[in-house]
Amino acid sequence: MSEIADLSALPQEEREARENFLFNTKGFLSWALTLDHKRIGLMYLVGVMSAFFIAGMLALLIRLELMTPTNTYLSNAQYNQVFTLHGAIMVFLFIIPSVPAALGNFLVPVMLGAKDVAFPRLNLSSFYLWVSGAVFFLAAMLYTGLDTGWTFYTPYSTTTQGPVVAATMGVFILGFSSIFTGLNFIVTINTMRPPGMEWFKMPLFLWATYATSIIQVLATPVLGITVLLLAAERILHIGIFDPAYNGDPVTYQHFFWFYSHPAVYIMILPGMGIISELMSVHSHKSIFGYRFVAYSSVAIALFGFLVWGHHMFTSGMANVTTIIFSALTFTVSIPSAIKVFNWLATMYKGTVQLNTPMCYALNFIFLFTIGGLTGLWLGALSTDRPLHDTYFVVAHFHYVMVGGTLVGFLGGVFHWWPKMTGKMFSETWGKISCLLVFLGFNLTFLPQFVLGSRGMPRRYAQYVAEFQELHQMSSYGAFLLGFGLFVALGVFIHSLMAGKKAPPNPWGGATLEWQCTSPPPYYNFLEPPTVNDPYNYKPLAYRDGDRGWEYVHPEAPEVPQSEPEPAQS
Amino acid sequence: MRSLTNLLGDINETFWFPPKASSFAEETDSFFMAIMWISVVFFVLIVAAMVYFVMKFRRRPGYRGDSSALHSNTLEITWTVIPTIIVIWIFARGVYGYMDMMTPPAGDTIDINVTAQKWDWQFQYPNGAISDELFIPNERNIRLRMRSIDVLHAFYVPSFRAKSDVVPGRVTTMWFRPIMEGDFDLFCAEYCGDKHSEMIKKQGVHVLDMESYETKLAELAKPPSHPVYHGYWLYKNRGCKACHSLDGKKIVGPSFQGSWGETVQLSTGESIAFDDQYVQESIYKPQAKFRSGYEKASQMPSFEGQLSLEEVMSLTAFMKEMKNEAFIKLVSDEDGLTPEEAKSYGISDEAVAAKDEGSESGGKGDPANEMPAEPNK
Amino acid sequence: MSEAAVHGDGHGHDDHDHPAFLAHHFDDPEQQYDSGKLGMWLFLVTEILFFSGMFCAYALYRSIHPEVWTFASQFLNSTLGAINTGVLLFSSLTMAWGVRCAQLRQRTGLVVSLAATLGCASIFLGVKAIEYTHKWELGLLPAGTYESQFLPAAAHHGISQWLYVLSAIPAACVLGFGIWYAMTIAKGEKENSEVAGPLLVTALCYFAGVGLGLFLESGEAHGEDHGPGTHSEEHIDGHEHPGNVHEGEEGDPGHKDAHEGGGEEHSMLPGEAKVVFVSAETDGMKPLPKPGAATDKEIDQSGGAGLFFSIYYCMTGVHAVHILAGMGVLTWLLVRATRDHFNEQYFGPVDYVGLYWHIVDLIWIYLFPLLYLIK
Repeated sequence: MSEIADLSALPQEEREARENFLFNTKGFLSWALTLDHKRIGLMYLVGVMSAFFIAGMLALLIRLELMTPTNTYLSNAQYNQVFTLHGAIMVFLFIIPSVPAALGNFLVPVMLGAKDVAFPRLNLSSFYLWVSGAVFFLAAMLYTGLDTGWTFYTPYSTTTQGPVVAATMGVFILGFSSIFTGLNFIVTINTMRPPGMEWFKMPLFLWATYATSIIQVLATPVLGITVLLLAAERILHIGIFDPAYNGDPVTYQHFFWFYSHPAVYIMILPGMGIISELMSVHSHKSIFGYRFVAYSSVAIALFGFLVWGHHMFTSGMANVTTIIFSALTFTVSIPSAIKVFNWLATMYKGTVQLNTPMCYALNFIFLFTIGGLTGLWLGALSTDRPLHDTYFVVAHFHYVMVGGTLVGFLGGVFHWWPKMTGKMFSETWGKISCLLVFLGFNLTFLPQFVLGSRGMPRRYAQYVAEFQELHQMSSYGAFLLGFGLFVALGVFIHSLMAGKKAPPNPWGGATLEWQCTSPPPYYNFLEPPTVNDPYNYKPLAYRDGDRGWEYVHPEAPEVPQSEPEPAQS
Repeated sequence: MRSLTNLLGDINETFWFPPKASSFAEETDSFFMAIMWISVVFFVLIVAAMVYFVMKFRRRPGYRGDSSALHSNTLEITWTVIPTIIVIWIFARGVYGYMDMMTPPAGDTIDINVTAQKWDWQFQYPNGAISDELFIPNERNIRLRMRSIDVLHAFYVPSFRAKSDVVPGRVTTMWFRPIMEGDFDLFCAEYCGDKHSEMIKKQGVHVLDMESYETKLAELAKPPSHPVYHGYWLYKNRGCKACHSLDGKKIVGPSFQGSWGETVQLSTGESIAFDDQYVQESIYKPQAKFRSGYEKASQMPSFEGQLSLEEVMSLTAFMKEMKNEAFIKLVSDEDGLTPEEAKSYGISDEAVAAKDEGSESGGKGDPANEMPAEPNK
Repeated sequence: MSEAAVHGDGHGHDDHDHPAFLAHHFDDPEQQYDSGKLGMWLFLVTEILFFSGMFCAYALYRSIHPEVWTFASQFLNSTLGAINTGVLLFSSLTMAWGVRCAQLRQRTGLVVSLAATLGCASIFLGVKAIEYTHKWELGLLPAGTYESQFLPAAAHHGISQWLYVLSAIPAACVLGFGIWYAMTIAKGEKENSEVAGPLLVTALCYFAGVGLGLFLESGEAHGEDHGPGTHSEEHIDGHEHPGNVHEGEEGDPGHKDAHEGGGEEHSMLPGEAKVVFVSAETDGMKPLPKPGAATDKEIDQSGGAGLFFSIYYCMTGVHAVHILAGMGVLTWLLVRATRDHFNEQYFGPVDYVGLYWHIVDLIWIYLFPLLYLIK
């Protein structure tokens, strides 16, 4: 367009300032109606972080209440509503959309060297579906309070007072938001890869996103029909799930977990994708065993569809079914283990730079390994029976969901923050936040393994006094974890207000997003970027803090490299 | 921490586990520890490698990485095959223990019917006796046939390492063999609403020797004859106490205390006398009338066919007594009366019978006379 | 889906060589078409999975209670089902024809075939309205509200009040489109009248469907719907237990064992009658009779028949919602077709909607035998 010609006459810096996607148009509507995937990604980022804030506060409320064995701040009913809200908001509004919708939206097209996702309007509408789902959901919950637990198990959910129908409609809408995002990414990755980027030359984050999207597209519709039937059960008494009309609650559990178990992989796979990127970039070495890491993502996605029954080992399934589900469950552990080993091997003989994102990545590996290993107890049938529905399970899935997904998400946000905002952040405080999160998290959830193996059931507003000390340790840990997360938030806010300008490539990444300016212009790339090996760091050389890493011509004489010591701001 | 040592206060407990009180415990616990050590080995290796690599290969002046180590099929196969073999072993041993838990030994089991209801458990023994705590003999195979009459519950005794969901519309069977006498906790492990966390029997699973078990069963099978005590006994054992308090507080339904003979407000705005007629209707047709403020307590099941007219009369006699301060004080102790206390207060058949006679004879030296509250005749 | 692929809004920075229909972020029309097509296929996959939940429920409960299916499916009018199947199959043909017309830039052919597709959808809904309202009238409702077919009250006939309610919207449409059509004709707006005309016909087609349904249902109703009532031995039975089954009336706790897991040992208590808390009869469950041993009346009164109708209404209801959504998109295509938006290079949207329409048909092709034909 004509303005391009005008701008090209401007000095480089001026032009970047005018064209960067954050400021190229102004005003509320330019954001609310934007079709730019980067702006939509940022809006998602703000949205999911707000949801996380609300649900995190509820988590602290839960831990506060559990400081004592009896009701102190919350009645039983209020406690039940609080843990339902905490679980439901975390799962449906935060973890599922966190990495794919927020970071994925920003990164997928840029990593592909494309101008946008395949269906920009669908993308925007899936954001608004998310918003309306969230409003629906929150309104339903704040109205009289929802006390079914996030799983909506029948027949409790069909008989309880409370806005179950409204909440399930919220889930239904959020499900469509998730489906549309996944569909968009599959099509984008399939049809819009630039010439030269074959499947096995894609960044691993894209592989993970692709695998996630497949699950989103294949599993979420089943959740849709499940909640629809649940609503119909409540309104019309259709008798499919409600034993009062010859229905079967275990059928509901099968339907629900057919989605919700793959959903666990919707939550963790993108986190794994982020870690693959972070480990490679910050070790400055190509990812070890690229194909194995890529295939393991797909394997996890596919196996993930076959293991839902392990949520129901005590529900009264037939023995044969139970044993088959147990066997299938263990198959998922193998590709996860492969990933961990490959990440470690990536550091071998690399050049490891302990930047904040790398600290989060190492934090992820530590916590996710615990989360994964404790899954062995729960996959094994005889140990699962006493541990099922106890705090052992609570601790296990928090290690995976929070220690895995949340920590990976934070690592990703720190890693791509300079790209998204054009600002650097305080490395020191970033690392401090990582340390606090690490300590707080372990203090919160390690004691819960002991609580669980000693027999403390989950979802208890009151408990027997002998568990109090472990609960208190857990609560202190939660407060520390909360504090650590606030420090991370402070780092981001400080960076926005006073961060140094970020160079296009502050970490030395070789994927395409580091080839455009920070933040990128609204059209992403003026010229189609050069597609090369996403993990070949040889042609990159560090200049200095202001210029970051730059490509040098292979035949150019060796330039004296400065030591990268990212600026402290 | 003072607490951590406290945790191990009981000689039968370990850091990780409650007492090993059933035949499943040995296998489950040793398996638990086996997985634990496998995990610890892997975890330590992973973290050690991580820390070592970070130190050894960190960016520093004069050090340049070597990016040639990019893949190694040998390594990939190694770290695929070794975990695979280990998880196959874990799976197999899990199945072994599980089949034991799922297969009750043929014959020679004591079958007990369990009914779960919001928010109480009830146990019915082979002799027809009913109780709200579980009494079982040591070293015998116990089989539970469990049903729920409302929502999902789960029967969970940590010390037995035994858990099974109780699914409405189905009958779930589970078994275990206690190997240690004592009192153990019973928890509901499947979320069931407001008082989920109170659907527990703290020290409410009593493993007795065979003789005490049989005595207990005989005692349970014989309800007290005096209507007031009979009513109290029914209140305790037939599920009333899950929703009706004795201390005047609202749990789900109205308290049994102090209502008798009053005029109460219905949700329709009418007033009605709280009398025999009203109580009987509330028990047999609970959905007919709701007291004002208790409209949401619409989940009370009908007891028609469950409680005989005579039993309802006993309950009304008990409710009548619940206006008597001293009697209220007696029964509304935190956990109600333990059998010993009841005995010491004279709430047992012998005492009641003695008292009935004693009221005629002047009742000297009768334990019933020490009881602060005498039921109105 | 498809609309997103269409029409970039021009926030691209260059590309004046792009044709108007090519969104800015695509390199060429082929990439745009492929993206849209892949997106549509993925969407159809989600649709199939969405229905698969209900097919699973169908398979599960049918395998547990085959006798309920045998009993309840006789209340469905397979003639009406067959007519609807034919109507939908024909609409698939017109839809496919429409895609061809779009590819060949035959504007009139496209408008006519879209209008025909819309009309068929409308007939389908009209017939469905008759089927639904007739069943509501008879009390053939989901499990919670199902009314026994052996009660005198159930034998109620005539045009249902519900039919008037359902027909209000199509009637309003006839009126609205009629006025609009008249105005466009009067003003000589050819493009608009080409939209209003087909829409008017579509709305009228609903009433054609209703008429067809009324005719066939009244003819068949007396023959078929009284099926269970004509078994005389059960009629006699029916007087022994007048009311419908409600809590606490069916006395035999042994019935519980028809439920899963309960069939095993029965060695329990001597005092079986003195069951804990609340007995089997009063806990709100109406136990299904044992398969094979049940009479129609037992099946009917056990509430099991309601389960069949639950699944029937869920499956056909969700399908009907898809028909309605399809009609919405077809209308949008119709508008664009009269504006001559489609040509040899750009016919994606027609193609995608065609795919969607075929899948909706295909689902019906499965529903029809599963619900109406298999006894």
